[in-house]
Amino acid sequence: MYGYIHSTESFGSVDGPGVRFIIFVSGCPMRCQFCHNPDTWDMMSGEKIEADDLVKKAMRFKAYWKKDGGITVSGGEPLMQIDFLIELFKKFKAQGVHTTIDTSGAPFTREEPFFSKFEELMKYTDLLLVDIKHIDEEKHIELTGRKNDNILDMLRYLSEIKKPIWIRHVLVPERSDYDEYLTRTREFIDTLDNVERVEVLPYHTLGEPKWEKLGIEYKLDGINPPSEERIKNANNILRTKNAE
Amino acid sequence: MLNEQREEWVGFVPGKWTQSIDVRDFIQNNYTAYDGDESFLAGPTEATDKLWGKLKELQKEERAKGGVLDMDTNIVSSITSHGPGYISDDLKDLEQIVGLQTDKPLKRAFMPYGGIRMAEDSLKMYGYEPDAEMHKIFTDYHKTHNQGVFDAYTPEMRAIRKNKIVTGLPDTYGRGRIVGDYRRVALYGIDYLMEQKAKDFDNCGDGTMTDDVIRLREEIQMQYRSLGEMKKMAASYGYDISKPATTAKEAVQWLYFGYLAAIKTQNGAAMSVGRVSTFLDIYITRDLENGKITESEAQELIDHFVMKLRMVKFARPDSYNQLFSGDPVWATLEVAGIGQDGRHMITKNDYRFLHTLVNMGPAPEPNLTVLYSSRLPENFKKFAAYISVKTSSVQYENDDVMRPVWGDDYSICCCVSATQTGKEMQFFGARANLAKCLMYAINGGVDVKTLAQVGPAYKPITSEYLDYDEVMEKYDAMMEWLAGVYVNTLNLIHYMHDKYYYEAAELALIDTDVRRTFATGIAGFSHVVDSLSAIKYAKVKTIRNEQGIVVDFETEGDFPRYGNDDDRADEIAVWLLKTFMGKLKHYHTYRNSEPTTSILTITSNVVYGKATSSLPDGRKAGEPLSPGANPSYGAEKNGLLASLNSVAKLPYEYALDGISNTQTISPDALGHDDTERTNNLVNVLDGYFDQGAHHLNVNVFGTEKLIDAMEHPEKEEYANFTIRVSGYAVKFIDLTKEQQLDVISRTCHKSM
Repeated sequence: MYGYIHSTESFGSVDGPGVRFIIFVSGCPMRCQFCHNPDTWDMMSGEKIEADDLVKKAMRFKAYWKKDGGITVSGGEPLMQIDFLIELFKKFKAQGVHTTIDTSGAPFTREEPFFSKFEELMKYTDLLLVDIKHIDEEKHIELTGRKNDNILDMLRYLSEIKKPIWIRHVLVPERSDYDEYLTRTREFIDTLDNVERVEVLPYHTLGEPKWEKLGIEYKLDGINPPSEERIKNANNILRTKNAE
Repeated sequence: MLNEQREEWVGFVPGKWTQSIDVRDFIQNNYTAYDGDESFLAGPTEATDKLWGKLKELQKEERAKGGVLDMDTNIVSSITSHGPGYISDDLKDLEQIVGLQTDKPLKRAFMPYGGIRMAEDSLKMYGYEPDAEMHKIFTDYHKTHNQGVFDAYTPEMRAIRKNKIVTGLPDTYGRGRIVGDYRRVALYGIDYLMEQKAKDFDNCGDGTMTDDVIRLREEIQMQYRSLGEMKKMAASYGYDISKPATTAKEAVQWLYFGYLAAIKTQNGAAMSVGRVSTFLDIYITRDLENGKITESEAQELIDHFVMKLRMVKFARPDSYNQLFSGDPVWATLEVAGIGQDGRHMITKNDYRFLHTLVNMGPAPEPNLTVLYSSRLPENFKKFAAYISVKTSSVQYENDDVMRPVWGDDYSICCCVSATQTGKEMQFFGARANLAKCLMYAINGGVDVKTLAQVGPAYKPITSEYLDYDEVMEKYDAMMEWLAGVYVNTLNLIHYMHDKYYYEAAELALIDTDVRRTFATGIAGFSHVVDSLSAIKYAKVKTIRNEQGIVVDFETEGDFPRYGNDDDRADEIAVWLLKTFMGKLKHYHTYRNSEPTTSILTITSNVVYGKATSSLPDGRKAGEPLSPGANPSYGAEKNGLLASLNSVAKLPYEYALDGISNTQTISPDALGHDDTERTNNLVNVLDGYFDQGAHHLNVNVFGTEKLIDAMEHPEKEEYANFTIRVSGYAVKFIDLTKEQQLDVISRTCHKSM
């Protein structure tokens, strides 16, 4: 079976623990205003690669992974290619590789046929990095074009099955950077008991040129990255590792 | 006479080393491996802060004066040419370790034996008037190395030099790269070393006076005399080094006097200190156990020793600075490594040496080198990686590939070249530009830049599109020619160097029966690999000038590039190394030396690039070549580890003089915080070296910092901002603007 792959990176060190091989899949249902990889939205723009070939390519870097590292599938939205992901992760697990999914949770539903596949995938998944784009439903729609109820539901489900997760929150001035929303986000996190780490990802403008290149209007034009002070504030409210 | 009961050796375990000169045996019998962490380390003492503060002022003054603080014009530097010198007369009692190259700090000595013109050019460049009498002496009365070489060069040798297919030849300055076993001064004292050389002299030859015997007899006598002069020099500082050192302080001081003799008499490009850390730890441990010193005093000794190594300077002309920018001396000093018996050789002193970068801030010298193995204790690996993350001042070399070849007491004699301490010396041989050689193959020996017929007039390629098999056949023949003329040029240079600029002080501290390596080098490596790959996998069209010379290329289609862990390109890289090394071996090498090669350019990749035309890989005329064994600019499309995997495929056995790789990682791409960065860097080093790779220079900073430093060199934070470039470290603000831009343009690995 093949997947649609945007690119790979041999040296990832911030998307999961240790040194990691990152697979960026193509295709994403979300249209986040702050997205720094809009070039991965369209699934068909990716390259078709066989799972075996991808495993072979990744295993060239096993020497660097030691006890913490492994592979992370990011994107794009990995769960859009869940059949491919199941096959890929089965193969990695057969070789004892630590597997991580970096997801927005957007495709998640407790409906079939998705849910059974997701249950199956979790058997071969060690860790999920899940973005909470916005805790408020209306604001979430404004920011990403979609509701967030199924995303929060996925987090609840992962908590039920005790699957370790890292929660990541992109801090965007004038969108999510309000104490009220940050507090509500933390309150939600407090209801989960599988959260290993919470990270604040300050919004940056490095993705902007990609939007221009793709000819899409950049809705965050004129919004600057958050100040050091606001980043500190968000870390404190969300009680991350960097909280003071 | 040696005697196991010598009072200087009380407390040491005897062994072969007490019967004859054998420093390795002393180390193996006496060192204390340390598995703990860095918590025992002491900060700088008040004396260290004062002295380093003074030195920083002097460095600032030096910079303000255009790069040189002061110069000798009429004293020819020798071991005894100057009286004692100190960092400052007011602070002289604070200096635990004493000795300067001249009578004043940072004052550069006058060293004409390599070539009087270069020595005079160096003076003129900084506004000093060369001395008329000196000029007369070294022109009319005393021949120099440079004069000897040019008297004997053939027209062909002059042509390859002028057309820069071979560059950086040591024909105008000291060849360097000879590491005296300075530890011998501390362990045995000068008198015993002189006795041994006297014995060697008596045993030299059977009375039949062949050239070899005559030369060796003269050399031993020069070595013997140097040892005597070392005693005199030490006496001028109030020390008697005729007997072995009795304390840690004396051991450091004795050893440094040995090194000082070397840098007072030679201005080689690389003047390494060697593998001294574990050795000195034995003395420090003995004093600590006897309550003679505290940890703070031990650190102070190392700090003051390192401070002296940070002060080593030579007078260099502009042409030299173009080649090796930033005033480097390669005072390379090793820590770590694993012994033949499987015990790691980490001692507390390895921590102390790395800790100098914290106590006195980052600095390019000494060129601190970690002899790495994934089997080193985790504590030490993490500490070294942490120092890298913080200072970018450390380089790593794979002990696991070097130990089988050089044993467990080798030193690094430049950036990446191993040499057995006290047993071997090296004939340094600059490097051949294999990218230019490819163009000679295409153009029948004609140089694109000068249009001169430099190589043999073999039949050029006349087709519009390049055919891989045809190019390979012609390239093979042209490399064969280049290897021959290159080796023979070096033979001639080293003959003259032995004759006119012999390293008596360094060789006095090496066995008389010395083994020699003949260290050639390769430049333009990645560009040749990618060019051949382009010819093989894409379509390369030639663009010719009116005379029909190929001056440029149009490459249609994609092709695999070296630096992506793609075997199609990487196999060409391995082929290139093996082939050129094989050709070098066809030729006789001076004094029966063993030919080796390196893939290392230092900063000379900029100058080499200027003399190199456009290439089939898309690199345009005049652009810098990629440094050392690094993949080409922009070729790496799959991130850092894919790039490392490509370099790791090059077999060290075919490049025993070293394979240099420099990588810059943005801190954000290495981890969220210093703990993660440190751990991830250790994983990278383990993974890279476990695959048999040889060397890695690690920089941890972003491009933004480099740009800011280039634009605001006056900022305090950049005064000692050190970066690793191919094979060495340098203060970034001391690089030429061109080289700064080159460093900035190189890939800085950060993730998406």
